[in-house]
Amino acid sequence: MYGKGILKGLGVTLKRYWNTYWDDIVWWVQGKKRYNSPEGIAHRSSSKTRGIFTVQFPEERLLLPEEARYIPFLVYNEKPDGEKEILCTSCGICAKVCPPQCIWIVRSNDPVTGRPVPEPTEFFIDADICMNCGFCSEYCPFDAIKMDHDFEIASYERNVYNMEKLLKPASYYQSIRPENFAREEADRKAKEAVKAAKAAAAGGAAAPATPAA
Amino acid sequence: MTAPASPTGTMSTSTLDLVARFPGIVTADARPAFSGFIVEKDSLIEVATAIRDEFGFDLLTAVTGVDYFPENKMEVVYHAYKTIGGPGLVFKVQVPRVDPVEVPSLIHLWPGVDLQEREAWDLLGIKFTGHPDLRRILMWEGFEGHPLRKDWKEGFYEEDTKPFKSRWPDGQFYMAEDKNPFKDNLTFPTNFDPEKWIPEGDALLYGALARYTVKQEDGMSTDRIVINMGPHHPSTHGVFRAVMTLDGETIVGLKPVLGYLHRNHDKIGERNTYLQNIPYTDRLDYFNSMSNNFGYAITVEKLMKIPVAERAEYIRVIVAELSRIQNHLVFIGTLLNDLGAMYTPSLYAFEERELILDIFEAVSGARMMCNYFRFGGVVRDIPDDVMQKIKNLVFDRLQAKTDELDRMLTENEVLISRMKGVPMINAEDAIKFSVTGPVLRAAGVPYDIRRADPYGIYDRFDFDVAVRPNGDLMDNYLIRIDEIRQSLRILEQAIKQIPQGPINSQKPAYQVRVPAGEAYGRIESPKGELGYYVVSNGKPNPWRYHVRPASFVNVTALEKICIGTKIADFIALLGMLDMVMGECDR
Repeated sequence: MYGKGILKGLGVTLKRYWNTYWDDIVWWVQGKKRYNSPEGIAHRSSSKTRGIFTVQFPEERLLLPEEARYIPFLVYNEKPDGEKEILCTSCGICAKVCPPQCIWIVRSNDPVTGRPVPEPTEFFIDADICMNCGFCSEYCPFDAIKMDHDFEIASYERNVYNMEKLLKPASYYQSIRPENFAREEADRKAKEAVKAAKAAAAGGAAAPATPAA
Repeated sequence: MTAPASPTGTMSTSTLDLVARFPGIVTADARPAFSGFIVEKDSLIEVATAIRDEFGFDLLTAVTGVDYFPENKMEVVYHAYKTIGGPGLVFKVQVPRVDPVEVPSLIHLWPGVDLQEREAWDLLGIKFTGHPDLRRILMWEGFEGHPLRKDWKEGFYEEDTKPFKSRWPDGQFYMAEDKNPFKDNLTFPTNFDPEKWIPEGDALLYGALARYTVKQEDGMSTDRIVINMGPHHPSTHGVFRAVMTLDGETIVGLKPVLGYLHRNHDKIGERNTYLQNIPYTDRLDYFNSMSNNFGYAITVEKLMKIPVAERAEYIRVIVAELSRIQNHLVFIGTLLNDLGAMYTPSLYAFEERELILDIFEAVSGARMMCNYFRFGGVVRDIPDDVMQKIKNLVFDRLQAKTDELDRMLTENEVLISRMKGVPMINAEDAIKFSVTGPVLRAAGVPYDIRRADPYGIYDRFDFDVAVRPNGDLMDNYLIRIDEIRQSLRILEQAIKQIPQGPINSQKPAYQVRVPAGEAYGRIESPKGELGYYVVSNGKPNPWRYHVRPASFVNVTALEKICIGTKIADFIALLGMLDMVMGECDR
């Protein structure tokens, strides 16, 4: 019969139309919120979703996975007296590995001793050139530069970030990437333990610590 | 056995005969870690004919040039393969680097070299004698110089290689636009009237399509008209222009005009370090950054001669096949858009793509620009919860959704009458024009690099090479659905077999050491053969980095495909090539 294929196709469309609203009804009957709730968004971005599963941006937002990456930022530790302990040692690996070469670092010497100061004097990232590849954070040996989750940076001006704009506290980093933060903290503690053990071994005790993963 | 230097052992006995067959004309490439044969320039056509007809290498996939500036010579490199599978044959022509650099064109043997020879002329200044239409292709007509030559410097030239010294330790920050002599405005030369200005190249372009009047049998004379399709046409999927000559509604001549999205990926790649190229490959075919990464990674791994971690091999297959599925879904969606079934099928397809991109985002950090592969493995493991998501998607959802798409479209009478019997390309022409990918397989040639010359661990999976016999539009559409099903089969096996273990065989290093040599790595990207030709001289940056994109080479056949069809079919035929301009223009 001519037109059977068309009807079959329309059946698919009709089913999808039905599914779109059926789930709404089911959720409503169960007393759950399908829209504007984390549970609903998680369901709508899972493989079990049916029908239309649009997330109404910006009222609703998809949950960003931890690894999501956008423009980098510099991490600092907050000291109890409010001072910022910048983790960056201006070693320049990020500037060297950056594919579009959008990182500029100024390193300066101590005027008294003449030796290089680890903290960068100035740090620029040209965010309009940055391609968000994440190499800088991947290869940073000090976990000092990390990729941000904040993607709403549209502006009328050129986005050139200086150090003031780039610095964000470690607590912020922990809030956007809890698992990475926990892993890096564990690594750091393990390394410190090894160091302490080595120091102790050098001091006479002979108990080599096994480095934790 | 006196086998020629071949690090990978790809030379079979039949290729050994090449030196014996042409004594004094063909010599094996004796440079360490180089493979293939060097052919005398004057005998190139004779040797190439023998390679095609006697040795059976019927598919000439890649043609490119290398500028050996210090040795003061230029080299043209050809990669030929057999459509029945097996390793390839590399042959090269070396010419002194004195203008004009001339090499005979192979266009009469393999018409598929057309655009690639034009590209080599445009970017490297190698003149292919005998090429009927040797114009610039990626750069504009009137451009001075050949940008891929090593002595050519671009407008914002800073240094030969990255990293640039101005960035650290005293980062002298500047904005790129400060170096632009025009700032944010443009100045024209005096006495310049844009209304009257005709670009130099256009006369040549339209000359190739000469407008003329024909007398019909009934005594009526018709004017042939020239129509520009694009560059801003929604059906061209980007900025692609086709100049067509029409006789009534029939296309009688067609020339593709490319290069609107050209950013000289090859030159950028030669400036970058090996690692820095990975995120740039994402930007080639931006629907399949995973496949692009894959191709580049295996090429550099070939050069470095390093193994890939076992678990990473499986992860690579999983992400590459997911990428193929979403590419074909988007293809079907946009194809239906092109045919006039606006948005319903394409949005259905995009929904599934959305779920796949969620997975990419969770593993790599980005939805499209994944930057996920590293030399020796991948950047990070797939977490357990994401693995569960992939399992749910592959085992529960995608199969059913593919069936649903199939049910919705395949039997639709309107679609059938639109597509069935509209010829695209036959097997013989497809091979001649170096067409690869689904278009070649829909023409009845079961040539899939995953089977013909397996890379990664594709030889471990049980799957069929999707093939359709007719080469019409319907087959080109159906083969995509077949391929989605085969990809799901591969995925099911890969997910079941994936072992635990490390995800990279190397220690993370921001500068990799790549020994001198050359490598050509190729993968079956969703659009066809994606090849990378990399020459290393042992320094941190590649000496030559060339991408052989599937879209670009497939466009070569567009003229052949379209001539004789109606203009209304052009959009469907172009859509079937599934081209992405990011990859095509690079």
